[in-house]
Amino acid sequence: MIAELGHFALTLAVAVALVQMLAPLAAGQLAGLSSLQRDQLMALAVPAAIVKAALILLAFLALMYAYVVSDFSVENVYANSHSAKPLIYRISGVWGNHEGSMLLWVLMVASFGAAVATFGGHLPHSLRANVLAVQSSIALAFLLFILLTSNPFLRIIDAPIEGRGLNPILQDPALAIHPPFLYAGYVGLSVSFSFAVAALIEGRIDAAWARWVRPWTLAAWMMLTLGIALGSFWAYYELGWGGWWFWDPVENASLMPWLASTALIHSAVVMEKREALKVWTILLAILAFSLSLMGTFLVRSGVLTSVHAFAVDPARGTFVLLILAIFCGGALTLFALRMSTLKAGGLFAPISREGALVLNNVLLTVACGTVLIGTLYPLGLEAVTGGKISVGPPYFNATFGPLMLALLVALPFGPFLAWKRGDVYAAMQRLVWAAAIAFAGIVVTMAIGGRGPWLAPLGIGLGLWVIAGALSEIAHRGRLGSVPLATALQRIAGLPRSVWGSSFAHAGAGIMTIGIVSMTAYQSEQVIVMREGQTTQIGGYSLTFKGAAPRRGPNYREEVGVLEVSRGGRAIVELNPAKRLYDAPRQTTSEAGIHASWRGDLYTVLGDAQAGGGYVVRLYFNPLVRLIWIGTLVMFFAGLLSLSDRRLRIGAPQRARVRSGPLPAE
Amino acid sequence: MSRAFCAFVRAGCANAIIVAFAGLIMALLAAGPTLAVQPDEVLPDAKLEARARALSADLRCLVCQNQSIDDSNAPLARDLRLLVRERLTAGDSDAAVMNYVVARYGEFVLLKPPVNGSTLLLWLGPPAMLLLTLIFLLMKVRRDRLVREAKVKPLSVAEQARLDAMLKDGGNS
Repeated sequence: MIAELGHFALTLAVAVALVQMLAPLAAGQLAGLSSLQRDQLMALAVPAAIVKAALILLAFLALMYAYVVSDFSVENVYANSHSAKPLIYRISGVWGNHEGSMLLWVLMVASFGAAVATFGGHLPHSLRANVLAVQSSIALAFLLFILLTSNPFLRIIDAPIEGRGLNPILQDPALAIHPPFLYAGYVGLSVSFSFAVAALIEGRIDAAWARWVRPWTLAAWMMLTLGIALGSFWAYYELGWGGWWFWDPVENASLMPWLASTALIHSAVVMEKREALKVWTILLAILAFSLSLMGTFLVRSGVLTSVHAFAVDPARGTFVLLILAIFCGGALTLFALRMSTLKAGGLFAPISREGALVLNNVLLTVACGTVLIGTLYPLGLEAVTGGKISVGPPYFNATFGPLMLALLVALPFGPFLAWKRGDVYAAMQRLVWAAAIAFAGIVVTMAIGGRGPWLAPLGIGLGLWVIAGALSEIAHRGRLGSVPLATALQRIAGLPRSVWGSSFAHAGAGIMTIGIVSMTAYQSEQVIVMREGQTTQIGGYSLTFKGAAPRRGPNYREEVGVLEVSRGGRAIVELNPAKRLYDAPRQTTSEAGIHASWRGDLYTVLGDAQAGGGYVVRLYFNPLVRLIWIGTLVMFFAGLLSLSDRRLRIGAPQRARVRSGPLPAE
Repeated sequence: MSRAFCAFVRAGCANAIIVAFAGLIMALLAAGPTLAVQPDEVLPDAKLEARARALSADLRCLVCQNQSIDDSNAPLARDLRLLVRERLTAGDSDAAVMNYVVARYGEFVLLKPPVNGSTLLLWLGPPAMLLLTLIFLLMKVRRDRLVREAKVKPLSVAEQARLDAMLKDGGNS
């Protein structure tokens, strides 16, 4: 009954989505309407957006209920759940499969639509209505996709007693929350897309538009950042060989929208401040969401052979491809038609803040294009010539790497260049301290790193350069050094939050760089057979193997190794790397035993028992690896900081609304 | 006697079941991730082993999804790792080892595709994109400069006089 309720709510949502989509368009297109009628038609989109979100939420909760009570008469629950699973994984199982994850996706689209409806009171009425209409068309497309090809509410006539279970590697706290964040990011970009298309429909694109769209892009970017970081962290500790990024097509599918949205945040700044880069910003907003859609297509259609592609069904792939073609193609056509009406904005010299932001956009976009080429090339080549090639990490390191290096080298200069016309030498002078810190870092790394590749110290220096450059901006804005310290601190405390936000985000990129470089260049590894009582050394730790024993978990049994870790003769911790065998489906996973410290991670993996006694044990020391995720967390909070800036806070300024209809008499 | 025998048989059966069950569990556990490079594969010569690891990172595990043979647990990956080490021990250069593997498994095995006719776009794409964008920007900068110069330069006295004359006689000059 509950499942049918969900199914019904979802179907009803289609009708509401139609209303939300058509009412504002009709208001704009139909002749012979009075302005009051137009206003009322447009206003209809607001309650429709909220009702639609509520209906989809109801459907989502209905499916979740079926999972929680293990209602195996629902096919989706039977195929992906198991009654012995802990509650959190029964809940996360809802989006751990194709149908459920698409329902989560459409719930996100609708929620963002409802958010625009609720918090968009300060927007011009027609713009908000058009944004909601476009947003609703996206929701509608995916609602139809779910109902026609991927219905999660289908019943089985003879309900099985037990479900088939969730893929064990997905039974993990980080992966339970990874998809919601990632989807929130993907789908958040749909708001930027809707704003762009609505602006093109209205034909009015100005600095105010950029200010309205920025918080939404920022929010999407933050979610995407956190979602990708969670996925990467999960891969690091769960897949059992200590990697954190594999250039897997599915990872690339999330990286591309991230790169595009990062570029979009920056180009929107130029548009907001200087009315320049309008054409480009609109195009970027369209492309960013198109890349999200493409990511969805790649993952959902199963065209890529990869662990994530659990839906292999050509009907679905074709449907998503159709959605992609309609939205991407439609928006680009509209863009081409209206492009000539966009007036060029403020002029600027190549060396200027605008110029720096253009460089940022060039590098990010080309990097994004590179990932796109690398990801799609094998598919394209196979389709055209039938030839099979592999494009793996070495390709991306060779192409994507240099672009990121150039970006990081140039990054600290940007904030020190003035708008319109900047002065590189003045910027250099202000970055002297940052350069000194980077240089010191290089020397120190050379001294203690020793055996690593010669490029590694430069990489560490680069990370420090970016961090110190970001902090220099704060110091410079506070006039630290040229006014009394107390005044400077006061000035610094009074800086707008968006300044703090951008500085922290840049520092986060620097922190991440240091983590990546030290992990890549200075990781140490040992693969040995250890017998009980045997001791080995790695990363300054001494590890003693105390054997392995079987143990029973809630829905798995495991073999747990015992490694006693000491450092300088002092016992520190006991690590328990394990091999798990899940009951349903019968599948094994490896659970690494990790000891984190500020120096880095001691990462241990238990291998097989050997015929002659003892176990294969894999030991890693990953120096400073946590900085990779700490850096992304810093970026996330930087986004939060920037979002809380008074100037961007939704609804704070511009309370006065322009109404075209008659005002009620006071 | 018969009671004792029965008890013995029963205990034996129970033991056999336990042993069989334990064996089954061990077998299932053993079927799990046998992790990437195994200790018995590692070459005694550290330099040779380092070369083997570097080569392994560039070779794809053919039956896996986007994994190098260095990371993979598949038996085929192990075979390839052993093959690479065998060739290195036999004295092959890195390039010779790669050629040997490619000759047997095709170019699909290379995670870094070679530059040739079918991968030209793959390798030229990124630099071409960068170059075209930069050229486009350069042209835009020049155009902007022209616009700016045209905007800010006031008319000279002679130009002003000509303009006045043109305006006066209605553009018939």
